[in-house]
Amino acid sequence: MRNFKRPVAIVASASFETPSEPSRNEVELLLPVIHDALGQVGLTQQDIGFTVSGSSDYLQGFPFAFVGALDAVGAWPPIRESHLEMDGAFALAEAVAVLQHGHVDTALVYAFARPSRGDLDRTLSIQLDPYSVAPLWPDARGLAGLQAQAMRDSGRFDSVPEVPPTHVADGCTAVVLAVGDRARELTKTPVWITGIDHRIEAPALGVRDLATSVSTRLAAESAGATDVDAAYLHVLYPHQELLLRDALGLNGQPVHSSAGPMMVGGLERIAAAAKAVAAGDARRAVAHATSGPCLQQNLVAVLDATAVLEGAAA
Amino acid sequence: MSADVVDEAVPPVTVIECPTRLDFSYTPGVAQSRFLRALERGEITGQRCPKCKKVYVPPRGACSMCGVATEEELVLSGKGTITTFCTTQIPSPGLVPPYVTAWIRLDGSDITSMFLIQECDPAEVRLGMRVEAVWVEEADRKADLGNISYFRPIDEPDAEYETYKDYV
Repeated sequence: MRNFKRPVAIVASASFETPSEPSRNEVELLLPVIHDALGQVGLTQQDIGFTVSGSSDYLQGFPFAFVGALDAVGAWPPIRESHLEMDGAFALAEAVAVLQHGHVDTALVYAFARPSRGDLDRTLSIQLDPYSVAPLWPDARGLAGLQAQAMRDSGRFDSVPEVPPTHVADGCTAVVLAVGDRARELTKTPVWITGIDHRIEAPALGVRDLATSVSTRLAAESAGATDVDAAYLHVLYPHQELLLRDALGLNGQPVHSSAGPMMVGGLERIAAAAKAVAAGDARRAVAHATSGPCLQQNLVAVLDATAVLEGAAA
Repeated sequence: MSADVVDEAVPPVTVIECPTRLDFSYTPGVAQSRFLRALERGEITGQRCPKCKKVYVPPRGACSMCGVATEEELVLSGKGTITTFCTTQIPSPGLVPPYVTAWIRLDGSDITSMFLIQECDPAEVRLGMRVEAVWVEEADRKADLGNISYFRPIDEPDAEYETYKDYV
């Protein structure tokens, strides 16, 4: 998806991350971050046309935590809202699609997680095939190890780093989107999402070539991720950065990688890329988010200081 | 390996067992921790929204209507008014039927809470009935809602319908 009829920009964002939040619950984590993001452009929840979030109740072991988190938004009078059991980056993709309909001009996207309350490596096992794989309880780091070994065995990489323990962190990110002139009203430095797409690979690990990331390459092609001068990559284990650099065709551009809190890290990378473009540190950046075991799903967004209108692209 | 045709006569597997166990530690949050500590002292506390002035019990640290942090805390009397109730005729663990479960609007709060009603004939329970909390012995109190055993009627006239009509 690119060359949108209604150009969409990131106009504000805020993030918080800590290794282990000792006392605040998810609502108390989110409130200041959402208020920070909205406050940067002088908006309140009632100015927002569409609200969408990404999180997984499995990470904190609290049913319907995503519904409870609406307390941080204030859903009265009732709001247009949606939720994905995915990283907030995928929620942002939904918001971009909704903004194309023309009914709303602004969107709030947020993601939150407190995986420090459980055993993240073990919890992630239950996203695997429930009949043939999950009962074996392969932990997330172990699966990443299989991928790193597949890369070594492929002979296509000079050296593949060891797989460190899975990054565990609590936190949240909020991003405010606006369309066209509304974005220009809200900030002097809107950062335009000129392309965004995501692709998923087969769930069975055995049928995939784990030493490449075809889904990232296809998403990048669809999003028009060429001619970028910075990359913000959602990297859960260091070896995955090598696969992503290949799939995105990066060639010497500065790469800013981080894992972030599970379900938050991808949206946080998009927010970080937008901040860099807004600050003039980059002119056109590619941001990436991943979900699922061994880079199963990948999202690529292209952020540009200049809006590219339909028909203007070569 | 022989290339047999799939035998459709093989009985389908209809059940497999995949036990799943995940352990979590629960974080009630700053606001609910304060609420639970107050219960340990024998007090029910609420928090007031700075915007719409509604008082939440238990407090969650935010007004779910306005989406703003709630910081002003107040101690309630432990008395309230029945706004809705249900009489159960079938047994439940630890409860002898018939027993009454009621939504109670605690005095000073703007949200109802569910409690058992005891020390009275179920047939006498009615909307507007005034009730008070009965606490477990001080030595047995912990930081949880189990500190309130149930609510019982008090010798006060029924509340005016106007005072609880929005909560029925």
